[in-house]
Amino acid sequence: MTPRPHTPSQTVGPFFGYALPFPGGGDIAPAGHADTITLHGHVHDGAGQPVPDAIIEIWQADPRGSLSGAPGSMRRDPVTGRGIGRDGVEFTGFGRVPTDADGHWAARTLAPGPHHDGAVPYLSLAVFARGLLHHLFTRVYLPEHADALARDPSLATLTPERRATLLARRERDALYRFDIRLQGEDETVFLDFPYAPRPLGDVRG
Amino acid sequence: MTTHALPEGLSQQEIDAEIAKAQTASHPPHHPPRDYPPYRSSHFRHPKQPPIPVRDPEAVELTGPVFGVTDVTTLDHDLTRQHQGEPLGERITVSGRVLDRAGRPVRHQLVELWQANASGRYAHQLDQHRAPLDPNFTGFGRCLTGDDGSYSFTTIKPGAYPWRNHVNAWRPAHIHFSLFGTAFNQRLVTQMYFPGDPLFPYDPVLRAVTDHAARERLVAAYDHERSVPEWSLGYRWDVVLDGPAATLFEPGSRPAEEEVR
Repeated sequence: MTPRPHTPSQTVGPFFGYALPFPGGGDIAPAGHADTITLHGHVHDGAGQPVPDAIIEIWQADPRGSLSGAPGSMRRDPVTGRGIGRDGVEFTGFGRVPTDADGHWAARTLAPGPHHDGAVPYLSLAVFARGLLHHLFTRVYLPEHADALARDPSLATLTPERRATLLARRERDALYRFDIRLQGEDETVFLDFPYAPRPLGDVRG
Repeated sequence: MTTHALPEGLSQQEIDAEIAKAQTASHPPHHPPRDYPPYRSSHFRHPKQPPIPVRDPEAVELTGPVFGVTDVTTLDHDLTRQHQGEPLGERITVSGRVLDRAGRPVRHQLVELWQANASGRYAHQLDQHRAPLDPNFTGFGRCLTGDDGSYSFTTIKPGAYPWRNHVNAWRPAHIHFSLFGTAFNQRLVTQMYFPGDPLFPYDPVLRAVTDHAARERLVAAYDHERSVPEWSLGYRWDVVLDGPAATLFEPGSRPAEEEVR
């Protein structure tokens, strides 16, 4: 079978703010959960300027390592149509947060568990922004997994300096910092997920 | 009334020359390159380092979030019914299917869309284009795909609008789309255009897709069968998500036969 040619990406543009963010988008942890951690950081461009029109999506396993997720990240009130946030019970594994005027974002979640035996846990991030014609994937590893990450064969080609861009920094109990640098010195490592095997030439549509 | 001073910057001719230059560079032909000089906002926002390929068959990114009936309301797919009155503009439906590269429908997944109003103005404070806001149009909708991957929205045709990429820069009319697959790495945010728009050749965002056939896949088709008498004009637009769906790897798996429309 020849794979179908896919639809190309286009930028999210600057005006997604009334559409994509939803109430409680960064509140992934069930309300009041004792193990809640806060993950936050800035998004910077290659000139060192904050990126105020980025939006970050998070996808992760739950603390037991389950990747089944659950609906209800962006529940809507069927009466008014307004967003009403998660139900405070289910762990959906998905979050979405726009950066603020200072390029800052924050999410409250539970630390992911290993998604299979021996796996190093991480949160997967997709970064969208004006100026990005195609979104970027990166990962957040918590500092307690730094040693295991260094042994992860899928990221073995990285120098320790580059690998460090995937590590959140512990600021205090349950508060972790993860900055994203789109370009330049300390540029964040971004990831790609190629097919295996790579598809042959696409059919022209 | 005073007129706006034109922004300083490159002329359309200079942008055209950059588009032609980028056209000859070697890019992956389907997704736009993240470094695309004619789109000036990309300058400081594209990584200089190539992405690191991850070939872990158990990667978290081969799974993805799920959505359900609590995440949408029955009115969310109709952008003309979100306010007390009817929005101004040409009422249209946009419908199609979301498929993976094997041609299989992406079922029960979230599709979101947002757009400018008929005058080319977004309901966003930072949009300073001097076109009227429409109190009866916000321009945001969402729905879940059906068993066959189908989606449908009722909205109005958005207007073209100026932007400050260069002097006299205008975006062709477009609708922003956000789509989820079964795997997070199939995530797609893109824009749908309308057939025959005279602004296509001038627009660096669309032209960033350097392959002509790939660009065509961003353009909806007018479909008379989907027009509703005395009511709305129908456009058809199918979306094919890139990226390995988890099941694409399953040994011995065969894609479902393509469904006949």
